[in-house]
Amino acid sequence: MSWTVHVPILTIAVPLLGAFALPLMAKVHRRLRDLWLVGVGAFTVAMIVTLAVQVFTGGVQVYTLGAEAADATLGPEGFPIRIMLVVDAMSAFMALIAALLGGAALVYALGFVEEGKGKTLSMSLFLLLWAGMLGLKLTGDMFNFFVFFEITTVAACGLIGFRAWESRSPEAAFKTLVMYILGGLLVLLAVGVLYGQYGALNMAFLSSQIQGGALDRIALGLLLGGLLMKAGAVPMHMWAPDAYGEADANTAIVLVANTQAALYGLFRMVFTMYGGASTPAVGWLVTALGALTILVAVLMAVIQTDLGRLIAYGAVSQIGFMLLAAGVGLATLATRPEFGRVALQGGVFHMFNDAACIGLLLLCAGAVRRAAGTGDLRSLGGLAHTEVWTSGFFLLGALALAGIPPLNGFASKLMIYQSSFRLSPILTALAVLASILLLAVFVRAFQGAFLGPRRNLEGGQPISPAMLAGMAVLAVVVIAFGLVPDLVVRHMVAPAADALWTGRDVYLAAVLGG
Amino acid sequence: MIGNLPFVVSMVLVVLGLWTLMTRRNLIKLAVGIVLIENGVNLFLVSLGYVRGGIAPIYTFAPADAPMVMPTPQALTLTSIVIGMATTALLLTFAVVIHRHRGTLDAGKIRELRG
Repeated sequence: MSWTVHVPILTIAVPLLGAFALPLMAKVHRRLRDLWLVGVGAFTVAMIVTLAVQVFTGGVQVYTLGAEAADATLGPEGFPIRIMLVVDAMSAFMALIAALLGGAALVYALGFVEEGKGKTLSMSLFLLLWAGMLGLKLTGDMFNFFVFFEITTVAACGLIGFRAWESRSPEAAFKTLVMYILGGLLVLLAVGVLYGQYGALNMAFLSSQIQGGALDRIALGLLLGGLLMKAGAVPMHMWAPDAYGEADANTAIVLVANTQAALYGLFRMVFTMYGGASTPAVGWLVTALGALTILVAVLMAVIQTDLGRLIAYGAVSQIGFMLLAAGVGLATLATRPEFGRVALQGGVFHMFNDAACIGLLLLCAGAVRRAAGTGDLRSLGGLAHTEVWTSGFFLLGALALAGIPPLNGFASKLMIYQSSFRLSPILTALAVLASILLLAVFVRAFQGAFLGPRRNLEGGQPISPAMLAGMAVLAVVVIAFGLVPDLVVRHMVAPAADALWTGRDVYLAAVLGG
Repeated sequence: MIGNLPFVVSMVLVVLGLWTLMTRRNLIKLAVGIVLIENGVNLFLVSLGYVRGGIAPIYTFAPADAPMVMPTPQALTLTSIVIGMATTALLLTFAVVIHRHRGTLDAGKIRELRG
């Protein structure tokens, strides 16, 4: 048996171990801590890429913990009782997003987070959050889903609010924590309802049993509520701008990955677990929430004066695009599958694109705050004179976010426009309008922060090369995915979307046999 | 009917907690609301696992035909209690830090972050 079967568990275990060992390393020497951090990060990214290659070429990979063989999913009575990780193309795709944002955040943080301001502990929490997120994406049973959900809750809120010497970040953290805990408890309640009915926690087994009865629908409602709270969809979005605006830039981009992990959970529930009992009504509900999220978030972005909060509302609006695409897919799952599939592909592709361009923008906002000492658009100005690279990256991210060709945001948004048009032209009009508004907002922000005469701002510090390197990683993805969207769609996005769309039987067969 | 009482009580706890979250503005009371919901959910999980006349699933000492209790819900509840302790501790920590900065726990008065 080759070591490659153990890749799924190593993907989670290594950052988890890395997180708890990091403070010990720091006790020995600061250099050793950084070395350990980079080593753990590089190993995790390598594991994720290996896992993705295996899954994209070899199909669903199952790893059963505590069994004599990794694929011995069923107990002696032919019942899946053990804890297991089930990695299909969608999980692998999401893990790649986590690798991209986690890797960029790690590189950026090396130059951004200051010594003596909680660097060791914030880096530990970062690794913990990373591990929790990866676990959420790879797990195959409901209870571990909840456990990883809560790991990300504690780590994320710790990261938002660890700067106890400031007054604003604990406030943002408190708000976020209340929403996250509430979301987690709703998920746990749903887990209880499902367990009480079917006596199992395995997602594949539950999926084979769910018929769509009253209790099933209550559980689905609870799951949707809990996961949407964590994904930051309107009307449960209040925490997101505060958290993104107040957290360090490297934390904020991992929080974006975290909201996408919650969205992944939602997709997994509605497509895989409830795939046998899905109704268009759920699709319409998700579509409506998506449209609402886009609209409210973009309108809120217009009136922001703080660069971080402005980008945060941009991030929330992109969650709306993904929900819209998934909703269109769900609503047309049974009746008109040919464009529902395009919609879902667009939504899945947009997750990666959003991760890259929102991540880039948030890192730029962090760099602006570092260089100018403030993120207030009313006092910023003229940064392009000194920070050429940062302004270039910001412009790139803003254009990609607004969906300007040939950048990556255009490729996925076009797919969403095309397919949602077939469901209802109003949705498309809304989405296009939102994109135009978003462009206007970001052009204004760019003009306000970077153009204009040079200003002397107090408290500015130079931007370190590590920060630029972190931004460059994401910028490369933004350009590369925009230039060859066909290749990306064919080799990564289509398998991932199909894993949700038609892959339910494969997923079930991988776990339950037959 | 009496057998459903634990479920009713657990849902009452959840609703009370939600009501607390929606109507109270004191940060400590918000934390209490969260804990109420948490305990409601935990009670729900424990009552799911109850089997009348069931015995602990230890094969060595069990009579041959006794109904055994599936230990999963208890394990879930224990995990959930531990997680709940961690999140509550974090919540209260933030409340203490906010109180140090602002001298108040009223959520209406400490809103620096709006819009």
